[in-house]
Amino acid sequence: MMRFLTNMMLAAGLAVTSLAVASPATAAAPQPEMAPAPQTELAPAPGDEVESDVPIADAAEAAAAEEEFEYSAPVEAIGQPDGRLGLQDQFTEVGQQGADFHNYILMPIITVISLFVLALLLWIVVRYNRRSNPTPSKTTHNTVLEVVWTLVPVLILVFIAVPSISLLANQYDLPEGEVVTIKVTGNQWYWTYEYPDHGDITVISNMLAEEGEQAEGARFRTDADGPRLLAVDNRLVIPANTTVRFLVTASDVLHSFAVPAFWTKIDAVPGRLNERWVNVERPGVYFGQCSELCGARHAFMPIAVEVLPPADFARWVRSQGGTMPGDADPNAGEAPDTALEDGAPVPTEDENLIEGEAEADIVDQAAVTS
Amino acid sequence: MTDTAATPAHFEASHDDAHHEADHKPGFFVRWFMSTNHKDIGTLYLIFAIVAGIIGGAISGMMRVELAEPGIQWLESWAGAGGNEALHMWNTLITAHGLIMVFFMVMPAMIGGFGNWFVPLMIGAPDMAFPRMNNISFWLLVPAFLLLLGSTFVSGGTGMGAGTGWTVYAPLSTTGSVGPAVDMAILSLHLAGASSILGAINFITTIFNMRAPGMTLHKMPLFVWSVLVTAFLLLLALPVLAAAITMLLTDRNFDTTFYTASGGGDPLLYQHLFWFFGHPEVYIMILPGFGMVSQVVATFSKKPVFGYLGMAYAMVAIGVVGFVVWAHHMFTVGLSLNTKLYFTAATMIIAVPTGIKIFSWIATMWGGSVSFKTPMVWALGFIFMFTVGGVTGVVLANGGFDDIVHDTYYVVAHFHYVLSLGAVFAIFAGWYYWFGKMFGRMYNEFLGQVHFWLFFVGVNILFFPMHFLGLDGMPRRYPDYPDAYQYWNEIATIGYMVMAAGMAVFFVNMIWSLFAGKKAADNYWGEGATTLEWTLSSPPPYHQFNKLPHID
Repeated sequence: MMRFLTNMMLAAGLAVTSLAVASPATAAAPQPEMAPAPQTELAPAPGDEVESDVPIADAAEAAAAEEEFEYSAPVEAIGQPDGRLGLQDQFTEVGQQGADFHNYILMPIITVISLFVLALLLWIVVRYNRRSNPTPSKTTHNTVLEVVWTLVPVLILVFIAVPSISLLANQYDLPEGEVVTIKVTGNQWYWTYEYPDHGDITVISNMLAEEGEQAEGARFRTDADGPRLLAVDNRLVIPANTTVRFLVTASDVLHSFAVPAFWTKIDAVPGRLNERWVNVERPGVYFGQCSELCGARHAFMPIAVEVLPPADFARWVRSQGGTMPGDADPNAGEAPDTALEDGAPVPTEDENLIEGEAEADIVDQAAVTS
Repeated sequence: MTDTAATPAHFEASHDDAHHEADHKPGFFVRWFMSTNHKDIGTLYLIFAIVAGIIGGAISGMMRVELAEPGIQWLESWAGAGGNEALHMWNTLITAHGLIMVFFMVMPAMIGGFGNWFVPLMIGAPDMAFPRMNNISFWLLVPAFLLLLGSTFVSGGTGMGAGTGWTVYAPLSTTGSVGPAVDMAILSLHLAGASSILGAINFITTIFNMRAPGMTLHKMPLFVWSVLVTAFLLLLALPVLAAAITMLLTDRNFDTTFYTASGGGDPLLYQHLFWFFGHPEVYIMILPGFGMVSQVVATFSKKPVFGYLGMAYAMVAIGVVGFVVWAHHMFTVGLSLNTKLYFTAATMIIAVPTGIKIFSWIATMWGGSVSFKTPMVWALGFIFMFTVGGVTGVVLANGGFDDIVHDTYYVVAHFHYVLSLGAVFAIFAGWYYWFGKMFGRMYNEFLGQVHFWLFFVGVNILFFPMHFLGLDGMPRRYPDYPDAYQYWNEIATIGYMVMAAGMAVFFVNMIWSLFAGKKAADNYWGEGATTLEWTLSSPPPYHQFNKLPHID
């Protein structure tokens, strides 16, 4: 009976979250378990009118009214698909390494192998067809040949494995020094970003609907927000040239946090905290999409990341009512009700994040690097 | 309880000759609904696979039409509803397409169809070891398929049907899908799994115990070897699936929390169990194809298979290694570095036995006197397309690279190259190869070639652009996509239409050939066809090898 009740409750929840295709985004998605902490970006701000036009950088005004932080417009072919034949441009060191691995090692090797097999087959068609070669040979063994075509693939694989292992290890190797931690939560069907190091800012990120399809009073997408199906109302904002650690989890079903331009894809699993880090050099806007089937609106919960120079990031944090780690009262924002799941205290960087979460399976840095 | 199939009288036709000739067939109902004859059951499996293939192929057509342009064009009218219900229909389509093609098209065709037909013939046996178990293996598939099809008419949460993907990942398949649709899909998999386990037992017993005198394991045709390895994979992998989906059922209905984190369970446990089955499953779908291609290549090259033992044990190696690589399907779930390193290395190792097979096929043809009849062009297409799918598999094996293309169209392209262009090409090769043997009439060679070329060109236009889409980041299982992906999606949909035209030619050819095809000789392929089925008439007598053949 419990299950039935739960299902009924869930169904009710779904009914509430259900939105027409025509209006895929609302300004405020339901967030039942969200702490009522500073959700400064939730309500449609008075600046909406401004944002629906092409934004003109006006630092003075932005400084004057902190709520009206000016977000940048995305650049075509950077951080978003453009119909090309290969990988998106990469903006992290690991991403560059991965792209080079693909473009200069994997692709040439598999192309050569495929063409080699094709050439052999074509040669057979030309040389060993019934007319050219009426009498078949009776050869069924050639030990040397068999050893060669066993060992050569082994050598090729070893050749691939060396850079592959290096790429893999670098992905896990969290650099020393300052780390900005952001908790990423996948929900049906939007993303939540929390900044435990910055006064627990919470950003709720919904896809923006097209003009005419948006909910009553809600924002619709403009080109300054990004391409159709990729633009969101509230972007995930991270500092450039800084190690940013994402702790990724989900509140309902599986999701996957993916930003192709950062070489990042990590599943959001309920009950687990998965870790990925990025260090993006170039400020700008980058897009990704949920990459694990999560139900009806799986295709409509994109990820938009705004990378800001560190100074602008600090300005953004304060515009959201958050605090930078060096600010006068760093604990001001850490009210008890802004805790992570399970009521565990908001961890600082030094604390072990799995403490108090028996089922959590954070990839432990010490274990990884040892 | 009276067992209606128990008495021999049921198997005898209306008249009772003094001599029980081999061709003595029972009446229609007993013959086709209570069948214990491996050839009839094989035919039933093939008919079943064709029906399922038409449905699964039509679903992929619906998907390609929807994806031809950005935006949602068709889903709302198909679902008869807007909003999430229409979008849920997309998930129902991808789920049904995957499950139908895997469990109700490729497996029944390869193992149930060709396996049943030709394993006994090739080893010189009169029938399968357990003829009546063979019957229930088939008839379990029918309710399984009906359950799956029926599930699309009941609620699966946000809309009609099970919208969980063929992988049925928890918690989307547990708390995320209210309603009976997912329960029906799970029960469907249970029945299909039971069917396959019984079939596997039957094949293993038959191959180990019923080979004709003189046919040692090392003299068995490679197709029989492939079915033997496949049967072991089925036997070991399917119980794990059964356990995994049974826990899904209890999580859904009886408040257990095997896959629920808040109850001490783990959603990733399901993925581990599923892929422990799922990876061997992909070899289950391709190994019989390897076997068929080996037979076809040897026949049309007029040469014995090159490196026979290497070929046989390469399949054994693929089967064994296939059990220890499963987590490469889970590279983004948050595995530790060492786990990813291991699964990267183990997965790449599979390329070695696969390479041995590719090169041995080429060496078989090398120096041969090759005639390019329809089965042979399908086999050649298989070898090349499987190579392409295989090398992208090596790319995907790299855990560090997988992060960028995991769950994108690159993966879709990869597994369609090994399945839609690998397994399906092998099925067509086998179908044309044995068509005359099974049905007594020859297919039309010209139409067969037209079918091949349309299909070959079509599927390449359909699936090759998906590599580009995947590298550019287009995620799988999306009914709508950013406009930048439009161009290659349009091309892919055109490819589908070319492929569909090829299939139209196929059906015309089959209907024409079944009724008006040239009568097939006993061994219509001539000197290259050396296995035992070619010593029999076409079609073979209802009961063959009453006197066992001797193999030197």
